[in-house]
Amino acid sequence: MRGSRPGMMNLSMASTSRPKLVTTLLLLPAGLFFVFLLLVPLAVVLIFSFGERAPAGGYMPAFTLQNYMDLPARGKAFFNTLTLAPLGTLLTALFAFPMAYFLAVKVSPKWRVTLLILVMAPFWTSQLLRYYAWMMILGNKGIPGWLAMVGLDVRIINTPWAVLIGAVYGFLPLMVPPIYVSLEKLDKRLLEASADLGATPARTFWQVTLPLALPGVATGSMLVFILLMGDYILPQFLGGGKVFFIGNALVDLFLQSRNWPFGAAVSVALVAIMFVTIYVYMRFVLSKTDTRRAALV
Amino acid sequence: MLRAYAICIYIFLYLPISLIVFFSFNAGKYAMSWEGFSLFWYGKAFSNPLIMGALKTSVIIALSTAVLSAIIGTLTALGLERVRGWLRVTFDALIYIAIMVPGIVIGISTLIAFVSLFDVVNPSLASMGIKLQMGTWAVIAAHVLFNIAVVALLVRARLQGMDRSLVDASEDLYATPLGTFRQVVLPLLAPSILAGFLLSFTFSFEDFIIAYFVSGPDTTLPIYIFSSIRRGVTPEINAVGSVVLLTSFVLLIIAQAVLRRGERTTPP
Repeated sequence: MRGSRPGMMNLSMASTSRPKLVTTLLLLPAGLFFVFLLLVPLAVVLIFSFGERAPAGGYMPAFTLQNYMDLPARGKAFFNTLTLAPLGTLLTALFAFPMAYFLAVKVSPKWRVTLLILVMAPFWTSQLLRYYAWMMILGNKGIPGWLAMVGLDVRIINTPWAVLIGAVYGFLPLMVPPIYVSLEKLDKRLLEASADLGATPARTFWQVTLPLALPGVATGSMLVFILLMGDYILPQFLGGGKVFFIGNALVDLFLQSRNWPFGAAVSVALVAIMFVTIYVYMRFVLSKTDTRRAALV
Repeated sequence: MLRAYAICIYIFLYLPISLIVFFSFNAGKYAMSWEGFSLFWYGKAFSNPLIMGALKTSVIIALSTAVLSAIIGTLTALGLERVRGWLRVTFDALIYIAIMVPGIVIGISTLIAFVSLFDVVNPSLASMGIKLQMGTWAVIAAHVLFNIAVVALLVRARLQGMDRSLVDASEDLYATPLGTFRQVVLPLLAPSILAGFLLSFTFSFEDFIIAYFVSGPDTTLPIYIFSSIRRGVTPEINAVGSVVLLTSFVLLIIAQAVLRRGERTTPP
């Protein structure tokens, strides 16, 4: 609130107790939420992952590593998630780039933001309903139905292809804005300079535009990857129980077979994989492209 | 060529949504075969007590989440401006953890933590006739956790872009700290707080996975929609869906307009 000079602010905070009290009161509610609804529950998940399944389902205290040894039993879910999530992210980035380039470079400034909002808007509408629509489009009465009329037998729904189409569809609205932001900041004079120095448009693109847009691609990819890794609805609707993710395994373990300790171990594995991937990514990709802040909204 | 590509992308993005709206006006019983225009399913949806009950639950959850997240998230952003060192680092880490942990894991951890707690306390509460269980309140708690992080990031971005000389000027003119806050800081933060409120509302209203785990016997609208999609859909769901889609669109456009107007009033 106050303190254009950080040093002064620290001094005044140390010498009087009132500002300190105010700071405590400001941070207390969020602190309580973070401790009791995030850290403690995550710790409980960790503890459960070393337990045993009670005979009637649920949790029985124990200390065993059996749940972690059993992880390969859900290997298919891990395999699908760890292949389709990165692949889906990559495809989304490939489809998003020309769109972001179009919006940032080709569209007149007057229309840019409106058109960008139109790209983003679907993300903020019900994921359930949007994938339900794709179930209809890719289902037997949809596109494959029409193709069957001309004698083509194509099945899309419940295949990895359907999940990938769904990933591009679902996350394009999230991938375009960060790429757009980095392309819009691009100094047009650099492109002119490149052309003046005799570079072909293709060379300018590869050597000037693309490197400058990479921070946006990196940010967008991280956001999409995070969401895809923990997804449930997309594989549930478009993978139809055949192409399932870790999220589907978790719903099964917690709500159907009620094997909580094993489910807890799967959750721990999922979070661990995500955090390691994100750490490596931030360390080696984001630090190189020099963007640390994630454009979230 | 790029232009044609962009048009294709817009069709790709909006065709599925239009299909849902289109078939909500279908007179027939099946979701995918058109039998003439009718508002029949809208009437049917709005007189279905299950749908209306789920809608009410969802609105209560989303409103409570949005109000609590907007307040607590703003307080957090203001508080973080005043601290340095380990406390700041810890809070930053917690904010990012809250955002990065998948919703499904938030749902699971909330479920098992509270169920374990209830197993311990319910026997002693039973004598007083109280039995704690999962429900609407748990959904709100889990949603607020995530949205505090989102609002705090939004408001903090705005605070960092704020012109400090305005605060100094206010203090030089002998305004009390509270007066400065009310008359200078709060109006400047208002757009980001409102945007945070609307985003929290939208997120909470549309969340399926967290509610699926922690809502106990209560049914939210996404849970209702999910189970009817599994049962086989009638255009009734398309009718409800169209209303939901329209609502989110309106909220999103308001949020964007508010954020952008806020940006224009204070050039960086």
